[in-house]
Formats: sequence, C-alpha cells, structure tokens
Amino acid sequence: MTQTSTEPPQIALVGNPNIGKTTLFNLLTGMRQRVGNYPGVTVSKKIGTLRLGERDAHLIDLPGTYSLAAASLDERVVVDVLSGKLPGTQKPDLVVCVVDATNLTRNLFLAAQIAELAIPMVIVLNQWDLAERQGLQIDTDRLSAQLRVPIVPCVATRKESAQRVKDTLAQALLSPACLPPIQWPDAVAAATAHLRAAMPKGAAADLEDAEVHRLLFDANSALAERLEWPEDERRKAVQEARAMVQASGLNPLAAEALLQYDHINGLTKGVQTKVGELAKGQTESIDRLLMHRGWGLAIFAAIMYVVFLSVYTWAGPLMDGIEWAKGGLQDWISPFLAGTPMLQSLMVDAVIEGVGAFLVFLPQILVLFFFISLLEDTGYMARAAFLMDKMFGWCGLNGKSFVPLLSSYACAVPGIMATRTIEDPKARLATILIAPFMSCSARLPVYVLLIGAFVEPSHGPLIASLTLFAMHFVGLAVALPTVWILNKFILKTRPQPFVLEMPRYHVPRLGDVAWRMWESGWEFVKRAGTVIFAITIIIWALLYFPRPDAVAEEARAQVIAEQQAADPSMNLEAIEAQLQEEDSELAHVLERRESSAYIEQSYMGRMGKALQPVFHPAGFDWRITVGVLASFPAREVIISTLGVIYSLGGDVDEESPGLQQAMANATWQEGTRVGMKIFTLPVVFGIMIFFALCSQCGATLAIIKKEAGTRWAIFSFVYMTVLAWIGAVLCFQLGGVFG
Amino acid sequence: MTATLSELPIGQSARIKAYEKGSHTEQRLMVMGLLPGVEVRKIRVAPLGDPIAVEFAGSCVSLRRREAIGVLLETPA
Ligand SMILES: Nc1nc2c(ncn2[C@@H]2O[C@H](COP(=O)(O)OP(=O)(O)OP(=O)(O)O)[C@@H](O)[C@H]2O)c(=O)[nH]1
Ligand SMILES: [Mg+2]
Repeated sequence: MTQTSTEPPQIALVGNPNIGKTTLFNLLTGMRQRVGNYPGVTVSKKIGTLRLGERDAHLIDLPGTYSLAAASLDERVVVDVLSGKLPGTQKPDLVVCVVDATNLTRNLFLAAQIAELAIPMVIVLNQWDLAERQGLQIDTDRLSAQLRVPIVPCVATRKESAQRVKDTLAQALLSPACLPPIQWPDAVAAATAHLRAAMPKGAAADLEDAEVHRLLFDANSALAERLEWPEDERRKAVQEARAMVQASGLNPLAAEALLQYDHINGLTKGVQTKVGELAKGQTESIDRLLMHRGWGLAIFAAIMYVVFLSVYTWAGPLMDGIEWAKGGLQDWISPFLAGTPMLQSLMVDAVIEGVGAFLVFLPQILVLFFFISLLEDTGYMARAAFLMDKMFGWCGLNGKSFVPLLSSYACAVPGIMATRTIEDPKARLATILIAPFMSCSARLPVYVLLIGAFVEPSHGPLIASLTLFAMHFVGLAVALPTVWILNKFILKTRPQPFVLEMPRYHVPRLGDVAWRMWESGWEFVKRAGTVIFAITIIIWALLYFPRPDAVAEEARAQVIAEQQAADPSMNLEAIEAQLQEEDSELAHVLERRESSAYIEQSYMGRMGKALQPVFHPAGFDWRITVGVLASFPAREVIISTLGVIYSLGGDVDEESPGLQQAMANATWQEGTRVGMKIFTLPVVFGIMIFFALCSQCGATLAIIKKEAGTRWAIFSFVYMTVLAWIGAVLCFQLGGVFG
Repeated sequence: MTATLSELPIGQSARIKAYEKGSHTEQRLMVMGLLPGVEVRKIRVAPLGDPIAVEFAGSCVSLRRREAIGVLLETPA
C-alpha cells in the first residue's frame, strides 16, 4: 500500500512472547503499557504514536506469538492486523520484527512467515545485552545483507536504544525492504493452487498465498471459520491438498517447520559466533534451588506466606495513620456543620466515614502489588505455573489457565482478558467461569477488616496472617471441583496441552515495580472517589430517610417508661431533667436509642429486615444483610456500608473509635439470640466465605459478558451467588455444631 | 520400543527422531524449534512428577508428560 502524506504510517510490532515488544513500545511512544517477565502479558493490540523526524507514525503493539498458525484469540489478532483484515485497519506499512538476539533462529521463524505477506520489515535484535553477556557475537552487517532488511541491535530497557531504532524506522519507511520469502517446493505450490481453485471465488480473490498456507498446514486453522466455505467441502479440499504434499514425501503438518527452518538456516549462515559459555548458568542454578523436587513446593508456599504476612504487618502503621487522619477530619469538620444535622451526617457519617473506611486499605493494596510485580518481573510466575500444573491438571484445567488465574488474584478483569491466550474455546470458557473465584485485591479489605477485628485480638498476628493466607485459597478450593464438573458434564472439554517457555530470571526493574504499585494504588483511590463515593451516599440516604418525628418521640417515651420501671422513685420531671442534661447517662441512652430506631425504620433498614430471613441461616443480622446487598455492584462497598451503618447507628463514638470496635461490640437486639454478640467466629468466617465466593463485581460481569456472552455472565452470577450462600450457611451451622 | 522424551532421565540429552503419528502438539513444538535432529536435554521434573522441563537450542520449555510421550528419540547405538 502506498502512503499518502496525510495518513500517518502504520508500524506493527511483532515477535515471540516475552522478548520485550511492549518494553520497546513504551520506550518509543513514551506510553506505559504493562510489561512482565512471562509469556502472554499483552493480549490485545495497543496503539501509540511515535515521532519519526518530521512526522508521526502509529505504532501497534501486539501479543507475542511463535507463528502465524494462530490457534488462540490473541494470536489471531496478530494475523488479522498483518493481513489488514481487522475492520477499520489497513495493512501495516512496516512491520518491526522484534527478535531475541540470544535465540536468533527460532525467532526468525515468525519473520520468515511474515515475509510471505510481502510487508516491508525491520528486524530489531532485542536483549542485545544478554547476548553479549552470553558471549554471543552477531555480525549484524552480514545478517542485514543476507536478510536484505535493516537490522538494529537494541536493549529495550535502556533509553539510549530509542534513537537508533527510530532512525532505522524512519529510514525504512523511506526505502522499504522485504525479507526474501521461502521458495516452496512444487508440491506445496501445487497444493496451494489446488486449494485456491476449490474455494469460493470471493474468498480466493481476497486471500494471499500466505493465508492459504494456513489452511494447508494448520491442524485447526483459525482462518477456516472466517471463510464462507461449507465445512464438508473445505475438509475435502484440504485433505486433497494435503495428500498432494504427502505424495511428494513431506508430512503436511511438519513440512512448514522443516522447510522454513531450512530456509532460515540458509539465510543466517555464518552470522553468529559463540565466544564463550558465560553467565548462562545463572538462571539454571536459581532454578535448581527454587524448582527442586523436594523443597520446590515448600519454597513456593513459604513465598506466598511471606507475601500475606507482609501485607498484614507492613501496612499496619500506615493504616493507623489514615485512620487517625480520618478521625481528625471528622472532629474538625463536625462543628462547622452543627447547624445543619443532615449535612453534618452526610459529611461525617457517609463521606468521611464511608470513603475513609475504604481508603484505610490503600497500604495493603500497595504492598500486595509490590509483591505481585516483583514475582512477575523476576520470572518466578512462570515457575509457579510449572510447580502447580499437576495440581490443576486433575480437574482438566488447561495449563495455560494458570497465568489468567494468577492475574485474577490481582483483579478478575485483566485475568479474564488474559484467557485469550487459551486456544480451545471451551477450556477458555471454563477458565473465565472460575477466574472470579480467585481472591482478588478487592476482597483483601474485607478479610483484613474481619480478621483484624475478630481473629487477631484473640489469636495474635501469626494466626491472623495464616487465616488471611488461607482465605486466599478458599475460592481456589471451590474453583477446582467446579471446573471439574464443568469440564466433565457441561462443556466436555478435552485435556489441553501445556507448553510454556520458561523466562530467564532477571533483577526486577524498579521503575516497572513502582509503576505497577502506583497504577493499582491510583485505581484504588479513583474507585474510592467514584464508585465507592457514589454508592456510599446512596446507602447513606437510604439509611437516613425517612425521618419522621414520631420515631424520636416513641424512642423517648420508651426510654422514659423503662427508666420509670427500673426506678419507681423517680418522677417524670426528674427523668425529663436528666434527659435535657448534656452529658448524662440517660441522654446518651436516648441518643443511641433514637439513632438505632431511625436506622431500623429507614428504607434500607426495612429492606434489610425484609431480606434478613434469607441470610438468617448464615447467622447474619439485618445490618450484615444490608452490607451484603449493597456490595453486589462492588464487593469493597461492604466496608463503607458497615462504616455508615455503625456510624449512623451511633455505635462509633469517642470511646470505641473505628469500625472494628463497633462491630466487635454489636449484639442482637431481638429474636432468640438477644444480647449475644452478632459477630461470633462462625458468623465472621461465614461472611468471609460469602465474600470469597459471591459474584459481587459489576466490572467482572461486564467483561464476562463481553468475552463469553450474556448467557454465561448470568450463569456465572447465579452459580457463584448460590455457592456463596451455601458456603456461608454451612460455615455458620457447622460452626454452631463444633464450636 | 523406542525411547520417548517422557522417559529420558533427568540431565541426559538425546536427538529427536520423529513425532508419534497424530501427536496434537507436533506442530507447535516444531515451530518452537523442536525439530527432528535437534538435541534436547531434560533438565527437570516438577515436584509432583509432571510437567517436565527440557532445553534445546537455547530455549527452556516446559511441557506435560502426555505431550512428551509423542516425541520419539534416537537411541544411541
Ligand atoms: N535484559 C533485557 N531485558 C529486557 C529487554 N527488553 C525487555 N526486557 C525484559 O523482558 C521482559 C518482557 O518484556 P515485555 O515488554 O513485557 O515483553 P513482550 O514481548 O511484550 O511480552 P508479551 O506481551 O508477553 O508477548 C520484561 O521483564 C523486560 O524488562 C532487553 O533488551 N534486555
Ligand atoms: Mg507485551
């Protein structure tokens, strides 16, 4: 395609997984897309702008792939972009093949396939630093001469590389050059022609030879679905074509790899020399320790435990600081609004208390993401997949499900997106359906709140962090049997291969780690300012209104009646006088009685009471029920909701600051358990299990709907919520039996 | 009986002879450079016995035993 001066040229970045495409993309465009040291970080295309001398160009970052034989959705994006078949895109003007300099031959396989699409190419020899350290010497001039395209060595993690790459790109746009494609043997050419002749006319005109080869060589070609070619006819034609290849003595499924590697070996003859065997053993010796047959799993468990212990202990002082600031702000602002009780309540009980109670957990989120990015960037995540694969295998879970499930521990939304790397649509669906069970970072505040209030005081920090650790496996423990049932009876998935390249270990880049923490911290604060803020105000309003005077009068009459019954010697006037007194015992009793009477007959209170019977078997009172109901859009909302409830209910006062204390003091007001504590351990664990299993996240449902359809989103919501309810009830009932 | 990659002892290497007929990962492994004639070394087995990790031509790849069974090795004469 020729370039017009108005349209910025399109440059596509392609290459094998985990070789630094996104790092290079970020370097060239100044953007900040996620990078990580394991294959499959990027799963959809990302577009950025880069300045090349006098003009702009569009740079497209793509998922990594070993070949154009696109089996999974993310790989298909690559093929579609390169062939210009993606709606709204044109064929790129230039393709930048990012190549791992330490593994030249294998990386050039993809380049050789792309050569058939006749798109001008530049080859970036990335990870040049590692090649040098391994004592690998590549004669780039000679390589460039033999491949007939520009070659540029690069270290994408260093700024100095940017200019050199940009200059090469600018030059390549002016004088485009293509990699010489392979000359196929006659049998392959004939088979290709045969397929072309057999397929419907429109399709044939639209396809390039390289695309027809996909039909010929790939066992399950992604292209097949897109052609309007009846399946039986297509199968027959493909079989005939393959027979032609077979007849010439070539195995059709192996032919491409054999011939292309031959072609590449010819093109790269004499360009590489190995000076010595240096530094290569480093990754191997770390692995010998961490992947050890005997203690590999113990180390894995220890690492995970340290992560949760740190989340629990490191964040403590910072949390106290935020808690303190919240209290100070409430005390400071309260007097200004004393004239307008409603506004005062809105600010103090809803905005500051509710949003503040949520923000208290920011330090935990930061610590968690510090470790997640550390584990990702060192290269340990892929090892974790290696260690754990067998444990996932028994239920038919795809080996490739590991990374999506692991990212779901941060948040299910990117986790579900990451399932695009899974080839088999059914295996992908199974993974999507269990991903929301993984304990995402939004559950962390719920666990920490409850464990901090009810487990730590009686059992100490060690047991507390162990509990936190255990809570992160509850979802997983339910997910595995679930996926087994899904695979066996509903989806009927076949076992999937697990082929994963092990990345090299490297020292994490501080910038990447800091960025990941900043990104997730900022996301958390933004949620506090938007979703949490909005829902908190709605919940507050539903808890504050209606406010008829009759409620206050009735409370007053009750208090007076009770006082008279308790102390018959007191006359009405004496009681009235005490009630008027600012700081008297009786005035406080009245105040608390009024608050809880208001809240009980508020809209939300009535709703909670109406639905409480549903959660009664789990030991939830109406307040917890309200908290549960309010958290369906986003599970973290429970924190701010409970904050508002207990603050409005007059339970949070100077003597018992904080939500945790108020919850610890809460008792049953009615029913068979009057006067007993509401939050007993079985109830607390019931709530945590409910939150571990329930589908309480609008964003997750939206992404499931997008990736798998409305039907599965509804299915996911219903089955998770039912399981959550069963879990909470079992926990409470069994706790009652054994406790 | 021919030796397969699955049976290769840890730390040993061998040359790939061919793939079992109908191996569903043949294409993918070949694309990654695991071609007949290539020397492959088994570097480790996961603590639970599966998957295994192999090294060839500078890459380190892990795969499950059921896939490794499909990779036939040349037995040293
Ligand atoms: N030593 C070294 N490391 C690099 C270089 N370029 C990238 N890396 C590291 O390689 C890892 C992978 O980088 P990414 O940019 O996420 O790789 P990608 O190709 O986009 O990966 P996928 O999106 O998964 O296909 C990161 O940990 C980078 O820090 C380089 O030139 N030298
Ligand atoms: Mg990437």
